[in-house]
Amino acid sequence: MTDPSLKRTALYDAHLALGARMVPFAGYEMPVQYKDGVLTEHRWTRDQAGLFDVSHMGQARLRGVAPLAAFEEVTPGDFIGLKPGKLRYSLLLNHKGGIIDDLMAGRPDDDGLYLVVNAGCKDRDFKWIANELAGQVKIERLEDHALLALQGPMAAAVLAGHIPAVADLDFMETTRLVAFGTDVIVSRSGYTGEDGFEISVPNAIAAEVWDLLLGDERVRPIGLGARDSLRLEAGLPLYGHDADETISPIEAGLTFAVSKRRRDAGDFPGYSRIKRELDGDLSRVRVGLRVLEGAPAREGAEITDASGAVVGKVTSGGFSPTLSTAIAMGLVPPALSLVGTPLSVIVRGKSQPVQVVAMPFIPHRYFRKS
Amino acid sequence: MFFTKDHEWIKVDGDVATVGISAYAAEQLGDVVFVEVPDLGKVLTVGDSLAVVESVKAASDVYAPVSGEVVEANGDLAAAPETVNADPEGAGWFAKLKIADASQLEGLMDLAAYDAFLASL
Repeated sequence: MTDPSLKRTALYDAHLALGARMVPFAGYEMPVQYKDGVLTEHRWTRDQAGLFDVSHMGQARLRGVAPLAAFEEVTPGDFIGLKPGKLRYSLLLNHKGGIIDDLMAGRPDDDGLYLVVNAGCKDRDFKWIANELAGQVKIERLEDHALLALQGPMAAAVLAGHIPAVADLDFMETTRLVAFGTDVIVSRSGYTGEDGFEISVPNAIAAEVWDLLLGDERVRPIGLGARDSLRLEAGLPLYGHDADETISPIEAGLTFAVSKRRRDAGDFPGYSRIKRELDGDLSRVRVGLRVLEGAPAREGAEITDASGAVVGKVTSGGFSPTLSTAIAMGLVPPALSLVGTPLSVIVRGKSQPVQVVAMPFIPHRYFRKS
Repeated sequence: MFFTKDHEWIKVDGDVATVGISAYAAEQLGDVVFVEVPDLGKVLTVGDSLAVVESVKAASDVYAPVSGEVVEANGDLAAAPETVNADPEGAGWFAKLKIADASQLEGLMDLAAYDAFLASL
């Protein structure tokens, strides 16, 4: 049942050979799970190392006379201060301060900025950046590159076996180096809350690198199902759900992505709204919810206060394999956002007790040198 | 044992029918992490939602293959939802219905017909 309009990554055949269940996702046919199933894949990534094909994401180079300064016109991040070898999480903002997408931007070398954006947003993102920064930058999309993520406590030991230099990378560092006989970009980053790497390689050698990494018994392939449950436990927002064009960085709980210098300068899109929100005029904020009893609360489920009044909605939710309970994220008024606040969610007409809890739901285990 | 095109199975003992989902359906759902079974005494019309099974990713309805009143529900699934994956056509049953209209059984598939149906998917 192949939809001919769906694109395939360079690893499509590798997924089929591993018995993956393929589903349409962001215009691609992607593996939602392999033979082990979502729960086992999730736990394997937390215990060992999981290998993900994230080649559907949008990779690009942003080049220009002053690409770092230019990029600040579309984001609230400090890119002028981004040192070579560093990677930064940031947000594309519309003129009202809503989030067009979240992204990674780094300097693996001196060749402008290396960008990775969400698959479902990439066409629009790159068009937006090109339009907003017309005359200042050129975007080269890296359609001929695959992106692999190796995540988990064993990821560093596994990858260092092939690329010794990665052992020296700190969390949120990125570098271009020669490996597997060609130029690759390796970043110490990911979307699971674990230590790990994202590796950009030419499509031509993607399957070879994939097989090489899977040849290590500590590594298993992980599908999009576990990718979602892993990021949920890690408290990381999923664009299109926990963040969108109507939601600001402050509402989304991403205030850390609005740099101090940029706040003082007030020179990013949507500054007036974001300033107001930072000053306390905030109507809703993203919180973590632990479902104390009942079914998983999925996106769209209403959140109610003690009186039964609807105070917000779940933006994403599911089952936490690590905590063996349902967890969710949702937007609620700040007065109801304190850890410990008792609330309820309505699932299939039934009210279930939940409690506001700190995010991440389980501690991050990023690698930090100091 | 009879099957529906929605992959429920139904096992009839006198005027009581036990309902679950087929091994195929359990495999397709993936890891079941939560099951909601119906309340005792609930009267269901054929096609009504009888139970909800939740995998890590999504919730799916299980439909009543025949009309009837719920006379027993599998309470063990609350603590052990994974039973639906481990033994879908046995211990992973959801509920027992007192059959209201036995003629509704006639439209269901037997095992051979269900296997042929699966092969056609």
